[in-house]
Amino acid sequence: MISVEHLTKYYGPFAAVNDISFEVAEGEILGFLGPNGAGKTTTMRILTGYMPPSSGRVIVAGCDIFKDSLEARRHISYLPETVPLYTDMSARTYLDFVGKIRALDGRKRKARIEEVAEETQITEFMDKLIGKLSKGQRQRVGLAQALLPDPDVLVLDEPTIGLDPRQIVETREVIRSLRGRHTVILSTHILPEVSMTCERVVIINRGKIVAIDTPENLQRRMQGADTVDVEVRGPAEAVQAALKAIPQVTDVRQRGNAPDNLVFSVDSEIGVDLRERLASTIVERGWGLRGLRPSTVSLEEVFVQLVTEEAPAA
Amino acid sequence: MIRNIYAITERELKSYFASPVAWIVTAFFIAMWGFLFAAIVASGREAVIRPLLNNFSVTFLLAGPLLTMRLIAEEARTGTLELLLTQPIREVELVLGKYISSVVFLMFMLLMTGYFATLLEMFGNPDEGPMLSGYLGVLLQGMAFLAIGLLASAFTQNQIVAAVVTFVTLLILWLSDSLANTVLSGTAADVVRYVSITQRFNDMPRGIIDTKDVVFFLTIVVGCLFLTTQVLTARRWR
Repeated sequence: MISVEHLTKYYGPFAAVNDISFEVAEGEILGFLGPNGAGKTTTMRILTGYMPPSSGRVIVAGCDIFKDSLEARRHISYLPETVPLYTDMSARTYLDFVGKIRALDGRKRKARIEEVAEETQITEFMDKLIGKLSKGQRQRVGLAQALLPDPDVLVLDEPTIGLDPRQIVETREVIRSLRGRHTVILSTHILPEVSMTCERVVIINRGKIVAIDTPENLQRRMQGADTVDVEVRGPAEAVQAALKAIPQVTDVRQRGNAPDNLVFSVDSEIGVDLRERLASTIVERGWGLRGLRPSTVSLEEVFVQLVTEEAPAA
Repeated sequence: MIRNIYAITERELKSYFASPVAWIVTAFFIAMWGFLFAAIVASGREAVIRPLLNNFSVTFLLAGPLLTMRLIAEEARTGTLELLLTQPIREVELVLGKYISSVVFLMFMLLMTGYFATLLEMFGNPDEGPMLSGYLGVLLQGMAFLAIGLLASAFTQNQIVAAVVTFVTLLILWLSDSLANTVLSGTAADVVRYVSITQRFNDMPRGIIDTKDVVFFLTIVVGCLFLTTQVLTARRWR
């Protein structure tokens, strides 16, 4: 649905986006993750036809966003980072205006506005002036605007910024519900957001793509191994030695240092599940097995690692 | 095409009538015209609207920039321009929509002065021909002012800057006639006199509609709207 090919954008001599390429399949939700200033907003602005790339191209729904801009824009809705609202209008007249520009006709427009208002939970303050709404309410009106034309492609720049925790959860719920119906690109610098809403992640730093994968695979790739955390009561050194002696175990690290409650991280080759072997080894020696679970490195760690690895190179 | 322009115009007009600036400007100028009208009629004892229209064109030198300063600058500042320019509409539709709304507001202000014309009709016997051609002149001149203001508004995110730039430009065009008559001479004077708005305008309230003058004003309008469109499109240049 979206294909980005060798996109580069220079601001003067500075490359805000440097030769990035990726594809987004129809109905997919893609997370665009990076620290502030990584080039997320620039990429989104190019994707939506707001500014041209210095080189490279973007194809949306079969249309070149630069050469066939008007047609491409018919397929896209965009929620910029600064929510574009007219403070002297009510949410209803604002949505009505956007609906008119999107060529939604009379009754259909009205019905669609109600639908979208319901979905983004803005019904109660539809007739209040936007200038009088809170940050979170405005953000949701902005989201309603983006959903209104029922677009093939939704580009959301930091859609949950400025919302309170409950609204964040609700907004993510709305975004997740778009899966399959719309192709969504969502930028954020908040990690849990990506693992909660997206099927695939593009991690971008200093204008370059650092990694593209599913959240799960990224975690696995970062680890380079499968890890099991074992909680044991027993003599530390003996336990460590015994665990290390198990075939296919590549490393055993002791974490935590409680006297008779030890926690070890046991690495194995990828794809090997050692849990039963570990359990029987510990039980056979008469030590107390108190816990056994596969460890998951959070995406946050992945992210920090990716970004800090990249830093010295630049 | 038409539908998009209409949607923009409609929203812009709502904005005009919801904004205190437009009302204050209108109220202030109606009060001023009323005062001038009374003074002119009382002293001249003549049922003519010409002096009033002349005054209107001067006061619109001030009012025009106030009406157009917001049009694009404000949208650029608040980020709504990013919304509009990523919608499936052309820049020219956006520019025309905004321009038309300002012209409609100008007409609204002119309509308010119709009150004075009505008074003249009731208590005197004014000559209708020059009155109508005078109104046409005021309208054409106002349209040129608004187009210049719209262009200035496209260059900046700051409304005050837009207003000041517009005002200075209009003032120069306005004063160029006296400049030609006093400081300059020969060809230079002719050229400067040619762009003088005063010169173009003066004949119309007398009942003379010269095609050259009409074309002059319309050229300014078309030229400024074209340039405004180019300014908005320029961000797409590589």
